[in-house]
Amino acid sequence: MTDTVTQRTRREAETISRVVVRFAGDSGDGMQLTGDRFTSASAIFGNDLMTFPDYPAEIRAPAGTVNGVSSFQVHISDHDITTPGDAPSVLVAMNAAALKADLNRLEPHGLLIVNSDSFEARDLEKAGYTSNPLEDGSLDGYRLVQIPMTSLTQGAAEPLGVKPRDAERSKNFFALGLISWLYSRPTDPTLEWIDKRFKDLVKESNRAAFLAGYNFAETTELFEHPYQVAPAHMPPGEYTNISGNVALAWGIVAAGQLAKLPVFLGSYPITPASDILHELSKHKHFGVRTLQAEDEIAAAGMALGAAFAGHLGVTTTSGPGVALKSETISLAVSLELPLLVVDIQRGGPSTGLPTKTEAADLNIAMFGRHGEAPLPIVAASSPADCFQAVIEAARIALKYRTPVIFLSDGYIANGAEPWKLPDLDSLPDISVPFQTEFNHQAADGTMEYWPYLRDPETLARPWAIPGTPGLMHRIGGIEKQDGTGNISYAPDNHEKMVHLRADKVRAIQADIPPVEVRGDQDADLCILGWGSTWAAIDAAVQQAGREGRPVAWVHLTHLNPLPADLGDVLRRFRTVLVPELNMGQLCRIVRAEYLIDAVSISKVQGLPFSANELLAKIREHHS
Amino acid sequence: MNTPVALTTKKDWMSDQEVRWCPGCGDYGILQAVQQLMPDVGVSPENTVFISGIGCSSRFPYYMNTYGMHSIHGRAPAIATGVAVARPDLDVWVVTGDGDALSIGGNHFIHALRRNVNLTILLFNNRIYGLTKGQYSPTSEAGKVTKSTPFGSLDHPFNPLSVALGAEASFVARTHDLDRKHMMEIFRAAHDHRGASFVEIYQNCNVFNDAAFEEVTGRKVREEMMIDLKHGQPIRFGADGHKGVVMGTDGQLRIVNVADVGEDAILVHDAHREDPGLAMALARLSHSDHESTPFGIFRSIERPDYGTMVGAQLAQVFQQKGPGDLGALLRSNGTWTVAAN
Ligand code: SF4
Repeated sequence: MTDTVTQRTRREAETISRVVVRFAGDSGDGMQLTGDRFTSASAIFGNDLMTFPDYPAEIRAPAGTVNGVSSFQVHISDHDITTPGDAPSVLVAMNAAALKADLNRLEPHGLLIVNSDSFEARDLEKAGYTSNPLEDGSLDGYRLVQIPMTSLTQGAAEPLGVKPRDAERSKNFFALGLISWLYSRPTDPTLEWIDKRFKDLVKESNRAAFLAGYNFAETTELFEHPYQVAPAHMPPGEYTNISGNVALAWGIVAAGQLAKLPVFLGSYPITPASDILHELSKHKHFGVRTLQAEDEIAAAGMALGAAFAGHLGVTTTSGPGVALKSETISLAVSLELPLLVVDIQRGGPSTGLPTKTEAADLNIAMFGRHGEAPLPIVAASSPADCFQAVIEAARIALKYRTPVIFLSDGYIANGAEPWKLPDLDSLPDISVPFQTEFNHQAADGTMEYWPYLRDPETLARPWAIPGTPGLMHRIGGIEKQDGTGNISYAPDNHEKMVHLRADKVRAIQADIPPVEVRGDQDADLCILGWGSTWAAIDAAVQQAGREGRPVAWVHLTHLNPLPADLGDVLRRFRTVLVPELNMGQLCRIVRAEYLIDAVSISKVQGLPFSANELLAKIREHHS
Repeated sequence: MNTPVALTTKKDWMSDQEVRWCPGCGDYGILQAVQQLMPDVGVSPENTVFISGIGCSSRFPYYMNTYGMHSIHGRAPAIATGVAVARPDLDVWVVTGDGDALSIGGNHFIHALRRNVNLTILLFNNRIYGLTKGQYSPTSEAGKVTKSTPFGSLDHPFNPLSVALGAEASFVARTHDLDRKHMMEIFRAAHDHRGASFVEIYQNCNVFNDAAFEEVTGRKVREEMMIDLKHGQPIRFGADGHKGVVMGTDGQLRIVNVADVGEDAILVHDAHREDPGLAMALARLSHSDHESTPFGIFRSIERPDYGTMVGAQLAQVFQQKGPGDLGALLRSNGTWTVAAN
């Protein structure tokens, strides 16, 4: 159905290697949807890309105000990229408030496309402008293009019988059409998607707006010519465009299959983790049970109960939820049962910045329990990485019968990137056998079951699930005698058990890969990263290399235990920089653990690092 | 699940752990009743799970030769929900106390009841915190002098049955620790009920709240003070059933002399009534320990249990979509192929 799209022949597209587009509008304007569609069309076209949705915490902040601005930034490129771009080269501002909120991000001389219909006196007042920026010369440093998008959309939809008020809601599709032309995106995928997603008049109105925007850009002389971003040279294979939370949910489904266990998710809605609950709730035919619990505590308790009963128990949350689950996680440490705790970090403390990103839960993951209660921690580095990383977290939980905390963050959760689908046969078998036989001979020769008789290698205790004849046993939070699992308050036994639980976690070092040093191995300076800083570090390290500043880079997936050789590796470098979206939590651990004078680079603005920020730090420390 | 269950004796249900409640504690009688009952309820020890929270009563699972977990204060209903929903084939019991279920764990308690998770919940109500050595509990009477309320408690107490009925529990009953036969009868009915069954057990803590229920369940006063509820029968009690319960024109339940109103005026107990109103009125019949108090099954209605429904939904989606295919899932948002070179 592309016949209504004006054939593009008159103006040749100029080829560029990358572009960063930011769509900004009111929360009700559908900017996330617009950005998402542009992303999908680009993904199908074969560009590498990375997205960054940025939206307010309020569901409906007052319309037209700066607080209500919702933005979506996407970086598309013909080469391998990992960040959503520092400064956008194109800003689409659907109203005055969006211009006010996001103009400072636009690069100098950047292309600024505004919906001129939303710059009436009332709009300016709500946005906090005292004079009209479209007229007062304040935008002179940009390439300003004014388009009355609202009225053009209404004009396009009117012949279909759509009322002007309803037609106005389609104006985001006008903007999408415009940008699709400007960057030579194929139109079919978007039109097909509109047909699937909407019905009746809304569908027609959105189609009309999209095509009107596309044709408007083509026919008018507002833009000299369209641009073309060639497909990226990505490794051959089959790709899909995936967000972090969906990759995580699919990773959990996969972990259940690889473990040959049904998945049980106990969860309570919380931003930015709820999408995992939503996604997993769709996949009941994989044997996935999802239960929306009455609270965070119950969610963890149910997952732990399910683990006791032989399921892969999972609970998903964000920082405040981890705080509430802390007592249950401690019980899981004591019971030595597998439990996967997923924390999608956000700005804290307390409600903090619920829709903004931060990576400040490493401390609570490491230390946020009562008593000596160590547990393994695994962190994802990018949206697509969530899939493999959560399988690894489940593997550790099952093999060592321990709760594992999996750290992602809002930036990874909502960001999207192309993902080369893994070869399913290459995924690890993470299944573990249940105990079905007696494992100990009593003094009188009879055989019996000792629930805390450990595997000498992994130190994991056996996992005998209800329904197994003869192996009935009781476990609990009270200290247990090693071996029998009977209640024991004996001083020496407690000390032994505390050490055993710690040794068990430390022993996982032998089961995780050694440190991989990226970048320049011989550099004097090493960046130590974890989590979503991956993207910015990657871009900064590459740029530094081009500037003749060699930098080495270590990025951690396993945060507890740390890789066995990490201390030795880091000691090779004169300078170790640790960029984190917190006040230096990993940095402090590394300093304490290895007595290395690591330097923290901290950012806590609810925003990811930009590559330029890190590059500046690299320059500063490079001598 | 349908294979015949091997015959067991009481001994098969007793663990090798030494029972460590205070001598004279009411918990012993309850443990005896459960252990004596279990061989007769048609399940095997390996398919039985006891989950408890924290408190004196919550040591219970250690003494049962079944699967068991002594968990966290207040959280047993949530953990047991995980067990029962993951494994509807298991027979899951929750042992809890007044502080455990109604104070720190109030939220999980009401939600397990409203979801109708297939659990048999035994609440040992001794109206005191025993394990922490004698603070008032959410069921302690107002004015109670304890270590934490030297001038008397100002708290209005919970009636556990009202809470359970307010959550529209499908099975609600009361018994007491001095009558093993009655306990076994009620526990069996609670066990046989599919869904969440709630039993309040008046339990004597002889160390910190001795004789709390003496004025109702004491041997000398029992006949006049305990009202034995039987479904389908007029609610009568006292010597020769000379007292009974009537419903006034104002909807209020009252205790009367049967001779004064005539036998036909006496309320007939209906535990199967869909509306929990009557059960609630019975639960609120007595407001103190000086009034006659109903025992037995207040309410028992049929409602699908949660774990079975979850399983059925899974099966239904499985039927519609076929078995999950990981490869198809990964391609479900559309894919594109990058060719070599
Ligand atoms: S303190 Fe009371 S309830 Fe606890 S074991 Fe002793 S008598 Fe029983």
